[in-house]
Amino acid sequence: MSGTAMISAPRRSFWGGMGQAFLWAFLLSVGVVVLYPLLWMGLGGFKSNSQIFSDPFALPASWSFANYVAAWHSVQGYMVSSLMITAVSTVTTVLISAWAAYGLTRTPMPGKPLITGIVLGGMMLSPTVALVPLVRMLQSLGLYDTHWALIILYTAFRVPFTTFLIRAYMLDLPRDLDEAAMMDGASRGQIFRKIILPLCRPILVSCVVLHVLFAWNEYLFAMIFTNSPDVQTLPVGLTSMMSKQGTDYAQVFAAMTISALPIVIIFFLTQRYFIRGLTEGIGK
Amino acid sequence: MSAGPHLLQTGAALGGATLAARRVPLWQQGLSQALALRWVGIALIIVGWFVYYPIVDNFVLSTTNQDIFTGEVTQVGLDNYRRLADDPVILRAMWNNSAYAVFSIIFQVFAAFCLAAIVESLQSQKWRNIWRAVYFIPSAISTTVTGLLFYFIYQPDIGILDGLLQMLNLGEWSRVWLGDERTAIYAIIAMSQWQGFGYSTLLFTIAIQKIPQELYDAARMDGAGPLRQLWNITFPLTREMTGMMIIVTITGAFQVFNEVMVMTGGGPNNSSQVLGTWLYEQGFNQNDMGYAAAIGSVVFAVTMLTGIAQLWYTRRRRVQA
Repeated sequence: MSGTAMISAPRRSFWGGMGQAFLWAFLLSVGVVVLYPLLWMGLGGFKSNSQIFSDPFALPASWSFANYVAAWHSVQGYMVSSLMITAVSTVTTVLISAWAAYGLTRTPMPGKPLITGIVLGGMMLSPTVALVPLVRMLQSLGLYDTHWALIILYTAFRVPFTTFLIRAYMLDLPRDLDEAAMMDGASRGQIFRKIILPLCRPILVSCVVLHVLFAWNEYLFAMIFTNSPDVQTLPVGLTSMMSKQGTDYAQVFAAMTISALPIVIIFFLTQRYFIRGLTEGIGK
Repeated sequence: MSAGPHLLQTGAALGGATLAARRVPLWQQGLSQALALRWVGIALIIVGWFVYYPIVDNFVLSTTNQDIFTGEVTQVGLDNYRRLADDPVILRAMWNNSAYAVFSIIFQVFAAFCLAAIVESLQSQKWRNIWRAVYFIPSAISTTVTGLLFYFIYQPDIGILDGLLQMLNLGEWSRVWLGDERTAIYAIIAMSQWQGFGYSTLLFTIAIQKIPQELYDAARMDGAGPLRQLWNITFPLTREMTGMMIIVTITGAFQVFNEVMVMTGGGPNNSSQVLGTWLYEQGFNQNDMGYAAAIGSVVFAVTMLTGIAQLWYTRRRRVQA
């Protein structure tokens, strides 16, 4: 006990008692500023529409799930699209990136610096710039207004970043294991599947989490390349619901809460991997 | 390694590469090198096709105009770029993007750094984690949801901002935040700060954790107070992260789209237009694809500059390290 106190007590604990109280008050008020709007959103889903207009600050008069049920019915379709596009594009992105990262770190590929530069350089290119040409391209490919349009685009625009993360991790892996396997005559495919992939599991999980977050929340491509309600994803669905519902705000609040909740839960469950991915991403 | 013996049996026929490379003839080495390309093949194709090619195509498109009804394409040279120079909304959009960058640097880099330092000064590991996670929540939520949420918050009839101002006896400050040309873009920027500061706070706390505790102990021995330690140790030792964050923030500020689209659509009277939304308006509402492509080139130029700055910065950092 005293040992740990010795180590942890001096930990930047330079603020005196008054200072500490002040710091806590500050942290708490920032926390309130962050959480209160979200709470207000969640509570809004329980209110009746007239209550929303009469007193924005009041607690719901009754805890009825009617708005949530109604909202769930109207966002269900979008939810399915979002789930599908997120799931498929996560698999394709992480797989393609893991292959590329393996090739870039463990094979005698010709022109490796150039290829690395091309793949990772994609991180610098912004979706906004590609927008106008992509419309024509996807239309001519017959992909416009399909799930595939978003799956392909999410994969293409995230492979550079995901490869960057996995490659950095693979570079740090010791080479003894795969060299030993190679002595045993294992093929590259076997080494990749049986040795490298299992070793890379932590970063692969981070990549999955980061991609899920991206794909679930993406708006620009989803808005431009999908049109029919059964193809649109949640973020686009929410805005079109907003314009269709008119002034039934209570239901919109419920729908917003429903679409935000899964990702917040995922964040809390996978925080560790999430943070790893973020820190690796912005330079370690 | 239960796979060992199995590998021995099947592996011999499949043939290895580098270790055996000395014994195999040159053409076989070449073949194995070429075969290695298959690992990056799909990545190269999909990135080349859907990321690089469209950017090149964007420049080609920006020198043309397409008639919406006949679909006829005419070469117009640099006309679209000349129009850019005369377009007052472009100037407004550039201004708004720049304001976005400035405010984001203040709140998401410097304020987030201070907040991270405060969080890290807490003694309880548990509370450090809790605050970090709480502040991060808005960053995990889609900008469409947060944008809509603040759209409601800023509404005069149902929103809580004006109600709050009334409670604080600041009723005369209240206004139609998103409907007022003077405040619309700043209301949107404020939402972005609310959403984004937790993300950078998280990154800064991780950078601060990497600073050796001995430095602080030594500083305290020398009688340095908390602010001195912050200024002389924490700040200089997280400078790399700060530099990186500034560049990333500027890049992000010039790609803003979602929040503006959801909250104002660029209005009222184009006062909250940013480059992204103006490109959308021109290309997809006015069907002026050539001009939209020219706006795309502007975004490209800016993000290229910041991208090069980032490359230069990481390279320099690596040389120093």
